[in-house]
Amino acid sequence: MTELLPFLKQLLSVPGLSGYEDPAAMLIEEQWRPFVQQFSRGKLGSLHALRTGTGAVPRPSVMITTHMDAIGLMVTGVVNGFLRLTQVGGVDPRVLPGTSVSVYASGGGEPRILPGVVVQPAAHLLPPEARDGVVPLENLFVDTGLPPHSLAGLVRVGDVVSFAQPPVELSGETLSGHTLDNRASVAALTVCLEELQSRPHAWDVWAVASTQEEVGALGAGASAFELHPSMAIAVDVTWAKGPGASDWSTFPLGKGPTIVMGPNIHPALHEAMKELADRLEIPYAVEYTPTHSGTDGVATQVAAEGIPTLVMGLPLRYMHTPVELVAVKDIQRLGRLLAEFIAGLEPDFMQKITWDD
Amino acid sequence: MPAIGNAQLKLLEKLCNACAVSGDEAEVRRIVLEELRGVATDVRVDALGNVLVTMLASGSKRPRVMLSAHMDEVGFMLVADDGDGLFRFETVGGMDVRQLPGKAVLVGRDHVPGVIGARPIHLTTADERRHKIPLDSLRIDVGPGSPKVKPGDRATFATRFQKSGPALLSKALDNRLGVATLIELLRNAPAGIDLLVAFTVQEEIGLRGAKVAAHAFGPDLAIAVDATPANDLPTWDGEENAAYNTKLGFGPAIYLADGATFSDPRLIRWLDEAGTAAKIPHQFRQPGGGGTDAGAIHKSRAGVPSVSVSVPHRYSHTAVSIARLEDWKNTFALLFAALSHVPSNLLVSERK
Repeated sequence: MTELLPFLKQLLSVPGLSGYEDPAAMLIEEQWRPFVQQFSRGKLGSLHALRTGTGAVPRPSVMITTHMDAIGLMVTGVVNGFLRLTQVGGVDPRVLPGTSVSVYASGGGEPRILPGVVVQPAAHLLPPEARDGVVPLENLFVDTGLPPHSLAGLVRVGDVVSFAQPPVELSGETLSGHTLDNRASVAALTVCLEELQSRPHAWDVWAVASTQEEVGALGAGASAFELHPSMAIAVDVTWAKGPGASDWSTFPLGKGPTIVMGPNIHPALHEAMKELADRLEIPYAVEYTPTHSGTDGVATQVAAEGIPTLVMGLPLRYMHTPVELVAVKDIQRLGRLLAEFIAGLEPDFMQKITWDD
Repeated sequence: MPAIGNAQLKLLEKLCNACAVSGDEAEVRRIVLEELRGVATDVRVDALGNVLVTMLASGSKRPRVMLSAHMDEVGFMLVADDGDGLFRFETVGGMDVRQLPGKAVLVGRDHVPGVIGARPIHLTTADERRHKIPLDSLRIDVGPGSPKVKPGDRATFATRFQKSGPALLSKALDNRLGVATLIELLRNAPAGIDLLVAFTVQEEIGLRGAKVAAHAFGPDLAIAVDATPANDLPTWDGEENAAYNTKLGFGPAIYLADGATFSDPRLIRWLDEAGTAAKIPHQFRQPGGGGTDAGAIHKSRAGVPSVSVSVPHRYSHTAVSIARLEDWKNTFALLFAALSHVPSNLLVSERK
């Protein structure tokens, strides 16, 4: 099996903020190339990779979507050599002060990556309410250490700023880093594609690295319309139990993926996945999403005339911080479970699923 | 003329990447002792862990000059094991709790990697997001089942030293800049003075090392060499920032008065004149709070005329501070120039 960690670490080291996913798409395409027959890009930028099934034409198809976009920051202005910022995706400004970032400077001819840090000015330079309290994003800066005259013209409004925390392996086969949401799921899908190399499957498989999930699951919705699969599986991270996360919506780290149930998910698909996991004795938890799964599944479900959708979760600690944490074993389990599910799909599976009315 | 070059920068990088939280300065002390091998012969480690170096000149009536730079840095101590690789911790030294969430750390002498996470934004309430994340909700997470980590271990930010254009980005520039400066001054000891150099411990938690080092040395005068905040950022409302403390790029900062010491005016004048004569850019740190080893040294025994010189740097006591290489070069140059010409009447002239 291809080494999972080197690929994932490499994938974590490229930016690919929502709307600017190309750097991630290029790496993923390279990694998936041995496993698929054809690539295309959706109109909103998602990477589509087709692995052809063995069933008779017209073959049913399953689309597995893992979003590749990252949360981060964007430059809104340059003041005396300091960068003003806005957010791309859901960023808690309380985790930003002191955070290492990479500024993708576009104004100097050749694009340049400038190291920088999100900084919180001294108390007396802040509005009174922020002096000893939460400093809102509008009062934080990025400092690159470059003097104003060097920065002028180099960094432009709209330049993206990504977290720069390098991925780090922790004890117990865990990996910490930024953008594991959701590139850890991309890695799981990669494991799945590789497993399918040795497993015949009747269905066509569309592996999709989707765009703009963090700003509204936009890429996945567009891809679901364009590819019009018979079934969609959205794979995304979910909350692992840990400091500040212990209620019913959280799941133990390293104890398997979650199989999500709720209105985004077709109940027959949910049941089929659970039965499979039980049969294979792959540990999992059932994740309940009473209204909204907060994943690509929200968009794939309502694409075109509606696409039966399944959602799978990968437990992750400290979501949307630069030090997200996952268990490598969960990535492997999730990839294997997806492959087994696909390999087990009969050509007439969709005709046989019924409503339990 | 000795100067800060690539070799010195390499040493600074090594010092910055070392972990030496107040009370456990071993890693930096080891580097200091290693660097001084073959440079100085009278080197000892005292009861608190200070490295004390005596380098006597020849001739009579040599001034006994103490130089001090603290080896310790702010950081954390693990205080309780919550299981599953999660540890409660306390801060050591002055730290803003707002700087901690979302950072990678290194734990203990083996540099075991860990992270300080935060509750996912999705699980927070709007009301909660209006308040700082309290320290008691944070944990250092080293991953499940790490046997090498235990309460009592120290931890620091895991940031690695980086040079970007004219800037140095690193943890612990406060005060590895000072440590590297004094190592370089010992390698190029100015003639005609007795150099009494202290690499001190526990500065960040109350100038403890400097207190006993000054007593041991009993110097005629002292200079604390440190790193001081440059708060030279724009204000939130666009008004002029009149309280910048120091500015990056304006050279070493000579102290007039801080929260712990009134610098001896004769020493201020001496440094200022030495800098001006040698055309070395320098600035005066705006009088205000804060303090250096001089705060303990000037009250030692019967009193020691003291002053401080610092490299300006931004974002002290956070995961990433920023200094300019040029300011460090000029700090070394100013100290070397001044120490090479200590006027014989320095301490008999008037305090004005």
